[in-house]
Amino acid sequence: MSPASARPRVGLFATCLVDLFRPSVGFAAAKLLEDAGCEVLVPPQTCCGQPAFNSGDRVTARDLALQVMDAFSGCDYIVAPSGSCTGQMVKHFPELFDEPQLAMRARAFAGKTFELVSFLTDVLKVTSVEATYEGRVTYHDSCSGLRELGIQSQPRALLATVKGLELVEMKESDVCCGFGGTFAAKYGEISDAIVTKKTAHVSESGAPLLLAGDLGCLMNMAGKITRQSKQIEVRHVAEVLAGMCDEPPIAARKEMRR
Amino acid sequence: MTLHPTTPGFKDNAHQALRDPELQKALGHVQQGFIYKRQSAVERLPEFENLREAARDLKDHVLKHLDLYLETYERNVIASGGQVHFARTSAEACETIVNICKSHGAKSVTKGKSMVSEEIGLNGAIEAAGMQAVETDLGEYIIQLRGETPSHIIAPAVHLTKEQVEVDFRRVHTHLEPARDLSEPVQLLTEARGVLRQKFLDADVGITGANFLVAETGSSIIVTNEGNGDLTQSLPRVHIVIASIEKIVPTLEDAILLLRVLARSATGQDMSVYTTLSTGPRRAEDPDGPEHYHVVLVDNGRSAMLGTEFEDMLRCIRCGACMNHCPVYHAIGGHAYGWVYPGPMGAVLTPSLIGVEKGGHLPNASTFCGRCESVCPVKIPLPKLMRHWREREFERHLTPAVQRYGLKIWGFFAKNPGLYSLATRAAMTTLAWLGRDKGRFTSLPLAKGWTDYRDLPSPQGDTFQAQWRKRQKEARR
Amino acid sequence: MSARDDVFANIRRSLGVSGKEATRRAGVTQRLETTPRGPIPARGQGSPAARLATFITEATRVSASVVVLNNKDAVPDEVARFLRAANLPLSLKMGQDTRLAVLNWKSAGLDTSNGPSDGSDLNALSHAFGGVAETGSLVLLSGPDNPVTLNFLPDNHFVVLSAADLAADLESVVTKLKQHSALPRTVNIITGPSRSADIEQTLLLGAHGPRQLHIMVTLK
Repeated sequence: MSPASARPRVGLFATCLVDLFRPSVGFAAAKLLEDAGCEVLVPPQTCCGQPAFNSGDRVTARDLALQVMDAFSGCDYIVAPSGSCTGQMVKHFPELFDEPQLAMRARAFAGKTFELVSFLTDVLKVTSVEATYEGRVTYHDSCSGLRELGIQSQPRALLATVKGLELVEMKESDVCCGFGGTFAAKYGEISDAIVTKKTAHVSESGAPLLLAGDLGCLMNMAGKITRQSKQIEVRHVAEVLAGMCDEPPIAARKEMRR
Repeated sequence: MTLHPTTPGFKDNAHQALRDPELQKALGHVQQGFIYKRQSAVERLPEFENLREAARDLKDHVLKHLDLYLETYERNVIASGGQVHFARTSAEACETIVNICKSHGAKSVTKGKSMVSEEIGLNGAIEAAGMQAVETDLGEYIIQLRGETPSHIIAPAVHLTKEQVEVDFRRVHTHLEPARDLSEPVQLLTEARGVLRQKFLDADVGITGANFLVAETGSSIIVTNEGNGDLTQSLPRVHIVIASIEKIVPTLEDAILLLRVLARSATGQDMSVYTTLSTGPRRAEDPDGPEHYHVVLVDNGRSAMLGTEFEDMLRCIRCGACMNHCPVYHAIGGHAYGWVYPGPMGAVLTPSLIGVEKGGHLPNASTFCGRCESVCPVKIPLPKLMRHWREREFERHLTPAVQRYGLKIWGFFAKNPGLYSLATRAAMTTLAWLGRDKGRFTSLPLAKGWTDYRDLPSPQGDTFQAQWRKRQKEARR
Repeated sequence: MSARDDVFANIRRSLGVSGKEATRRAGVTQRLETTPRGPIPARGQGSPAARLATFITEATRVSASVVVLNNKDAVPDEVARFLRAANLPLSLKMGQDTRLAVLNWKSAGLDTSNGPSDGSDLNALSHAFGGVAETGSLVLLSGPDNPVTLNFLPDNHFVVLSAADLAADLESVVTKLKQHSALPRTVNIITGPSRSADIEQTLLLGAHGPRQLHIMVTLK
């Protein structure tokens, strides 16, 4: 924590997808962090490098990792509204460097980097949010957050404190939605089979709103849900926790607003 | 003799699989049964995580000392009256086994389930030499009748429905009453039991695989539920064990450690029904058991994996948990992978054994959901190893050109935040305007891989960073 | 170069070793001599009575049937009772195990024969070397006393397990086995009757081996 202020300086890593497709998630994240007493900074940023890393391009992945670490060097914490990008920064940045100095730097960076919701609960010890949402929701556990970072109970704990909200679990909420980054486009047909099972489970839950903590998975599921003409809304969990559901749901037209 | 891989045609294979209603029906059984049973078994054993870690460490220790344990094992097999043969390649392994069979004048050979025998194409070699090879595991027997390869490493016929099996039994078992009822699995099992019982009794040679080879005693260990492996090795005059070199464990205690995680991970049993230690041929005073005992140790590419980033894969104990938990396997089944080993373990192992030029699709066809690694009893970091294959493909320019150039362009912008900001703001503002009515795109020229199957949500407008900076400025005013 | 030498050379090249390093050899020798055990589950541990209870629970869970007999003299009557109840012929094949041979089979009305099975026997009896409480498993040793074919060819397999031979875990049985003598040709660890789930994941008993496994634990 910086000595000048009691408030932790939190660098918000918006993630490419939030930056480009759904800025409202970035603002919801910023609000949650500010409400919890943080000073929020948004240094100029692009991407964590995961697409390059997972495509086998380690050189680009390293360059981007260094760029991210430079950009956020003045922050006490780095927080992202995504388990996937956080997983890249926490678990994989340290794997990218054999040089002792850089590896140490990557480990130190990883040590102060967190996914948004688990940062609120586990680091800031937030136990409840000031938000209202009337209705049932179901929550999809995105894979990287779940298996690389152990995020499962945290979003559920905070959702339980949203007034009027009832969480109904879908079957196999911990099974992949079929997104997988470039997989969704490279192996679109297989990805489609996987997301079709997922949206069936979402439907069976009976909840009219689907939440998750990763915009990639959300865009995949929302895109399938609208293609199937299902009457289910899709949002990032931060939007509900921040009480910021003014924007239309993902992939929805304006008049679908509740 | 090695099975010709169709792995280069993975996408077509997957396409066929997704449109095969019988296969899709059969795959439902994988998703339901295995996962729940494993979970129940694990929950009943609080020590399971400790066992996984110990199992991983044990296998790592073995791999680092593989030459020495192999020497010990070889010495002890010979001391107990058995013979050890080494094979560098599939062809050498087949030749060795065929020669042993011929030297005993064998006509009929029964086989217990062995994935390495599938890998080397053993059945074809035995039959080419004029002998009959009979698979005795129920699932293996069924797929042998169909001329298929296993679609799963522990449940070879998991891709079939009982109706399909009935058709095959009626086609092949023509000596049985045509009007018999075969509508239920129990009737199919009873029929196979009857047919195979005579094959067991008639066989001259029995070939089994090995789950473990114990250096300390020179024993081979197999686990089965049916008892077919035991009849295979106990009734004929000759027992041949075929195993790959990494199956070695130092001691019986070490084998027990791995047994504790094997069946739980595979079928959710605490122990498989039959765990059998075989040491040498029958003793002078024994009234039954084989008179000759041979072990054929197959390398076939494994020694080259040691010391590389793929060494971790040699920890694999072939439980199948990774494929049981894989969303891609659930969608397309095992045959689509195009060779012997499907699922996540196959996605890593196949390029090692048949070359990444042929097997390159497999490590790419993963969402990296990590569920395989989370259930692996020896904690193989499967996604990481698949990523290492992607790295090798990228280095060797085997990655498809469109993807390479796409990555290059994207990488260029991502490394230049100023340009990135300009380009993304222009692009997102335009896309947002284009998608303003529907909130999504049902087709986009450059994103067909995506929009062929699902809509692409349209952006909200300007980028988050641009909006954030604007708000900060306004707040400061 | 022979295939054998080639395989060893390739392994050593990949590992970057010569095979002569004293520390590596010492590490291997030590593991082989000290035979360290992995984590041992608490489940099978406890007093003899607790072990017996666990054994019965676990063996029953895997579809074996278990009875406890106060005295091994009661074994013939128990076998006869089981066969009569199942409407099976009162025939029984067994090996030369003296612990079984001394029992009074005639008075129980059983028609016994000795030797390995040729596939024509419906019922067989074996004496276990040990039992494992943790998993409800039996450990049987091949040889003239208990031929290995008796464990697999007959439809109904009866096994006598002396309560004194019931161990908490498989490690304990293996330790006893190592003290006992050289390993027999075959050690069978049997956990329930034969089964298969290869058709549509439907679990069915009696695949290639016995359809029924009846365990008689004798206290004396």
